Amino acid sequence: MRLEYFQLIDRIAELDVRHQTIRAEARVPTESTIFEGHFPGYPLMPGVLLIEAMAQTAGWLVIAVTKFTRMPFFAALKEAKLRSFVTPGQALSLSAKLLHEGSGYAVAKADIRCDGKLTCNAEITFRLVEFPNPEFRANMERMAAILEFPMEALVHG
Amino acid sequence: MMSSTFETVASIISETCDIPRDTIKPESHAINDLGIDSLDFLDIAFAIDKAFGIKMPLEQWTQEVNDGKATTEQYFQLNNLCTRIDELVAAKGA
Repeated sequence: MRLEYFQLIDRIAELDVRHQTIRAEARVPTESTIFEGHFPGYPLMPGVLLIEAMAQTAGWLVIAVTKFTRMPFFAALKEAKLRSFVTPGQALSLSAKLLHEGSGYAVAKADIRCDGKLTCNAEITFRLVEFPNPEFRANMERMAAILEFPMEALVHG
Repeated sequence: MMSSTFETVASIISETCDIPRDTIKPESHAINDLGIDSLDFLDIAFAIDKAFGIKMPLEQWTQEVNDGKATTEQYFQLNNLCTRIDELVAAKGA
């Protein structure tokens, strides 16, 4: 997790294009200026960033299911629940499942578990747009490589 | 247009966008008359796709409107939208 780059997940651990599921992993950094404000003397991972982490996880699933032809943009959030505190250094297991791939949009449900315990979950809607330019897509492919996104799953899925 | 299709679509719009059911008519234009914006329409599209087991080709419709090949009335006036839905349902069963 590199909060300063808004990279909320570390690696994609499992991707099943056929069943439209994904699992990612992330570790909350032990130190970040964010914790100086949230909160002084009581550092907590902000809930909005946990939601972003779920959105990024589900977003990579959408990219996989659409075979890297569409970029998902966060459009709506429903039934978001932040069930317990997440603190610096904690390991997160993030999962998402696609509920529906529409034309120009997709809906997924996502959750985060810490030590097997459900920590937060939500339903997320994305707008799907063709990559606005080749550089954008190339950057996403570079990020995919960093996250160990299994490109071969797109061919065999 | 099958009347049951309109009933289903009108109920979805009413519940999704909190619009009184009796103000939603077959001749209503989803955008111009009912004031539904594109984000709310995503919720409606999700509910319609699920209810009818279809995938409305919104990207294609939007492209046709943007290219001047179709008017928004052809897709977003509810009686026309319901006709499109019936066609998609029929094509699915074919």
